[in-house]
Amino acid sequence: MADEVILLGFWPSPFGMRTRVALAEKGVVYEYKEEDLQDKSPLLLKSNPIHKEIPVLNHNGKPICESLIIVQYIDEVWNDKSPLLPKYSYERAHARFWADFADKKISDYGSRILWKKGEEQEEGKKGFLDCLKLLEGELGEKPYFGGESLGLVDVAFLPFSCWFYSFETCGNFSVEKECPKIIAWVERCKEKESVSKSLQDPQKIYEYVAVLKKRFGVE
Amino acid sequence: MEELKLFGSFISPFSRRVEWALKLKGIEYEFIGEDIINKSPSLLKYNPVHKKYPVLLHNGKPIVVSLVILEYIEETWKENPLLPDDPHEKAMARFWAKFIDEKSLALGRIAFFSQGEEREKALEPTWEALKTLDEEIRGKKFFGGENIGLVDLVAGVIAYWFPVFDEIADLNLLFEQKFPSLYAWRENFINVPAIKENILPQDQMLAIYRERQKKLLQIPTNE
Repeated sequence: MADEVILLGFWPSPFGMRTRVALAEKGVVYEYKEEDLQDKSPLLLKSNPIHKEIPVLNHNGKPICESLIIVQYIDEVWNDKSPLLPKYSYERAHARFWADFADKKISDYGSRILWKKGEEQEEGKKGFLDCLKLLEGELGEKPYFGGESLGLVDVAFLPFSCWFYSFETCGNFSVEKECPKIIAWVERCKEKESVSKSLQDPQKIYEYVAVLKKRFGVE
Repeated sequence: MEELKLFGSFISPFSRRVEWALKLKGIEYEFIGEDIINKSPSLLKYNPVHKKYPVLLHNGKPIVVSLVILEYIEETWKENPLLPDDPHEKAMARFWAKFIDEKSLALGRIAFFSQGEEREKALEPTWEALKTLDEEIRGKKFFGGENIGLVDLVAGVIAYWFPVFDEIADLNLLFEQKFPSLYAWRENFINVPAIKENILPQDQMLAIYRERQKKLLQIPTNE
């Protein structure tokens, strides 16, 4: 019986993009459904009744929610190629730690850069760049966080790169100037089709941010 | 020979959940008590990013962040599994663990630092979350099913810490009346020997938090 795989997403969401990168790495055939967050579909509300958020992966009628949990599920089910997590438990713990770090910190600091002003925005900028520098240290000389191929940390962190242009413009700084290795890693990842197919155009993200700012009356 | 050390605190729910996992699997370890204000140089060395406990040190290699540590323990020691084998059920367990952690963390802060109407409003999401968990646990002995699992260990914060915060800050938790299925789960949970034998008595926990309240110490917003 053929697998039925449906991904509910929202195009600018970095969490949705993560799931797309993971599915593409594994060569999974799936149906993508774009959600209107102002008018959520019955399928979304039924699949994620608790948070009512995207992304949601629906696999043969069973929903899986929370992007990093979805990515690990994808890795466990489609385990015949492109492993996203290392084989041994210590390295797996290490990957989970950095994925968790990127997940929590980048969202938090990025939000402050986009939506706050003055001191709060400056704190966001500093926090964001400190995190990127730590991630640069973790990457080291490896081509990817996963080593020779994409891993959980790459998948977790990459989609935020679409938002760098928005952070840079709102916060008046340059990621390339402060963390060149991160930009080099992003460019390297984008050479992979699984990534280039799944990431959004940073300019489009910035236009979306502008729409949101107008909607919420933020400068 | 395996060397296993846990840097933690008897009063921390994040440290306790790791201890419970080790005890349930029958794993020997050395416990090193940490103080929330004066953290040891070792702790800062092994967790330079977050500078927090718990930290598990296995043959000299550190693992940090309690949910990451729990998964590490589960993958390294196979006895008495704490997570299901089936990928979808495993994903559900991870979902509930994350849900509980995110929704319960605020309670300590609210209990100690907010008052009156502001507090009532701040508590609403926590009560909503408890209602959701009450529905989820209905008809089950443990979140893990017949046997205690990872989600139960994470929910330990609700079993032991929520009543303490309730008493100190008079939160009107009304555990048994408002969340009867969750209350029944609690009775099952606190009677598991590995749990029961590895927790401070409630009155000791109360005394420690009352002392902290007096000093107006920052309650950890995560571990």
